[in-house]
Amino acid sequence: MAKTAISSKRLSDQLPNQVLIDWLRSMQLIREFESRTMQAYQQAKIGGFCHVYTGQEACAVGTLACVNDDDPVVLAYRDHGHALARKMTPEACMAEMFGKTTGCAKGKGGSMHMFDRPHWLFGGHGIVGAQTPLGTGLAFAAKYEREVLGQGLDGSEAKKKVSLCYLGDGALNQGAFHEAQNLAGLFSLPVIYIVENNGYSMGTAIQRGTTMPDDLCLKAAGYGIDAIQIDGMDIRNLYDHFKPFADACRAEQKPGFVDLKTYRYQGHSLSDPQKYRTKDEVDQWKERDSIAALLHHLMTERACVSEEDWKNMTGDIRQQVREAVDLADKAPDPDVATELYSDVYANPQKGLSPSCDYNHGLKNPLL
Amino acid sequence: MANLTLVQAINLALTQEMQHDDRVVLLGEDISINGGVFRVTEGLHERFGSDRVIDTPLAESGIMGTSVGLAIAGMRPVPEIQFEGFLGPAYDQLVNHAGRMRVRTRSALTIPLTVRVPVGGGIHAPELHSDSPEAIYTHSKGIKVVMPSTPYDAKGLLISAIRDPDPVIFFEPKRVYRSFREEVPEEEYTIEIGQAKVVNEGSDITIVTWGAPVYQCLAAMDNLPEDVSVELIDLRTIYPMDIDTVIQSVQKTGRCVIVHEAPLTAGLGAEISSQIQESCFLYLEAPVQRVAGFDTIMPYYKLELSYLPEAPRIEKGIKECLAY
Repeated sequence: MAKTAISSKRLSDQLPNQVLIDWLRSMQLIREFESRTMQAYQQAKIGGFCHVYTGQEACAVGTLACVNDDDPVVLAYRDHGHALARKMTPEACMAEMFGKTTGCAKGKGGSMHMFDRPHWLFGGHGIVGAQTPLGTGLAFAAKYEREVLGQGLDGSEAKKKVSLCYLGDGALNQGAFHEAQNLAGLFSLPVIYIVENNGYSMGTAIQRGTTMPDDLCLKAAGYGIDAIQIDGMDIRNLYDHFKPFADACRAEQKPGFVDLKTYRYQGHSLSDPQKYRTKDEVDQWKERDSIAALLHHLMTERACVSEEDWKNMTGDIRQQVREAVDLADKAPDPDVATELYSDVYANPQKGLSPSCDYNHGLKNPLL
Repeated sequence: MANLTLVQAINLALTQEMQHDDRVVLLGEDISINGGVFRVTEGLHERFGSDRVIDTPLAESGIMGTSVGLAIAGMRPVPEIQFEGFLGPAYDQLVNHAGRMRVRTRSALTIPLTVRVPVGGGIHAPELHSDSPEAIYTHSKGIKVVMPSTPYDAKGLLISAIRDPDPVIFFEPKRVYRSFREEVPEEEYTIEIGQAKVVNEGSDITIVTWGAPVYQCLAAMDNLPEDVSVELIDLRTIYPMDIDTVIQSVQKTGRCVIVHEAPLTAGLGAEISSQIQESCFLYLEAPVQRVAGFDTIMPYYKLELSYLPEAPRIEKGIKECLAY
């Protein structure tokens, strides 16, 4: 696994304090948000299935810190953390789960469908692995804009982009992912498949679910795609290795594959009995907690965050998330007459409902 | 006799079929050690071991294709697809292989396959976890489509499905999984695939439905005036459909309301309605009514009950049909 020797000069050491403090804030925001998500789920304010990101915070925050704000991102259903790291407001994220009109998809998608087009976040998708060809397509479009159109489809300046396509280790085994990789390798498309390898596809441990579980990079080699294994529990280490890797994919306009080792502290979903692992195992991973590790670094080695700073930061975040929950709670439910039938097609269709005339729905709050 | 939920009745049927037929194997995502996302296969791993209750990777195309391979070799695979929305990746194997192998080989190869799939809405889940795609697979020939609504029917129909020489999609309405219990015999029994059940005999109007809406129809009937006599038919098998039972009923009542969760347009209500007009034209007192999901994507939970054919909408449909 790519790890930096302690003696060598680390890339992340060259970053100013404030950058790392922002990472800490972002990771803590996700953790606090997810703990309130679990609470709201238990209070039945969130419907359906809910997959929280607790434990994996460094993956989203660290990888997104290595790319530009207008690089496209697409992922699966454990998507709250990436949405927040990509600067979706906690209000829009929470309200979406509450099924409220102020949610990022007008409360029509729920937990698994976080979309934020202005922030180049292309969702949040519910079928395991089905988002991976989308990542390939996003990279194709970016390459086409630069090499064929000479400008962005929105008229913006053409630039070398790299798309990030996140997947879990469970998605490694879906046929769609293999087709996606082959196309990316064949056409040399700038997409990085980031496998957030938390060791379990739902309740099935990785060694029971895929071949070569200790060296997933071998799989990417089969498609001629450069690959790297990175410890995703240490955000500084993640940055040290992912930043040059992503820069190379961007510069050379080629695909990449990252086996990002991480762990989820909660079950696959909030209705998971977790019979497949022991509490000891969870506790062992918690000892390597990414937030605690970064906080320790900032408090001791950099000495730029004090106990009081941390107390203030966590207090601010708690307040911010509490306000997001309150706003989501108070936001209006979707109106049946408009929202049940809108957004299915661009133009009003006759007969979508035998009992209602067609009405346009609300405007998506994020678009 | 034991008082069982739908989940327990299915578990019992699987247990008994596995006991007496070594060719029956179960495969699916987290069905073994975890007992399945809805715990339908709970305890079967302990009883039959991981050679027969197989945890698979998350790979629906692989699960379905492997099951087709097992079936043409003479096994009796019973794969579970975790939610009906996850049939998407498996569609090719199911429709283009399972459904066509018999005709393609002129019966040299057969597919004794039972695909168990939780189906339908009403449990607060979003799209892909609440859809009703039964019409899609009814339209794909070579496949039988079953959807029980009671624990008793589920056990008998599942045993029939597993013993059937052809592929069967066995849709299990999630909303009914644990909604009530009923007496289910301990011994094995079968219910013939392709036989509807008259849940309630009546003479004024016929309601045709299947799956979870059976209970919404019963609730709607409770709100009707006492002198209205409703005949409620639960199809139980969607394909091959027991259209004779429907026709006999409509020839008696002259009025019919069809209720289903799937979107209205090109739903099974259209097919049933067409068959009724072909066979009951001179008996009809009113146009056949359909109360169905709307032509939209299954909404997230705040709008779920506005989409589903709930009792008030069914009641309105019945009254309109009666008043015609």
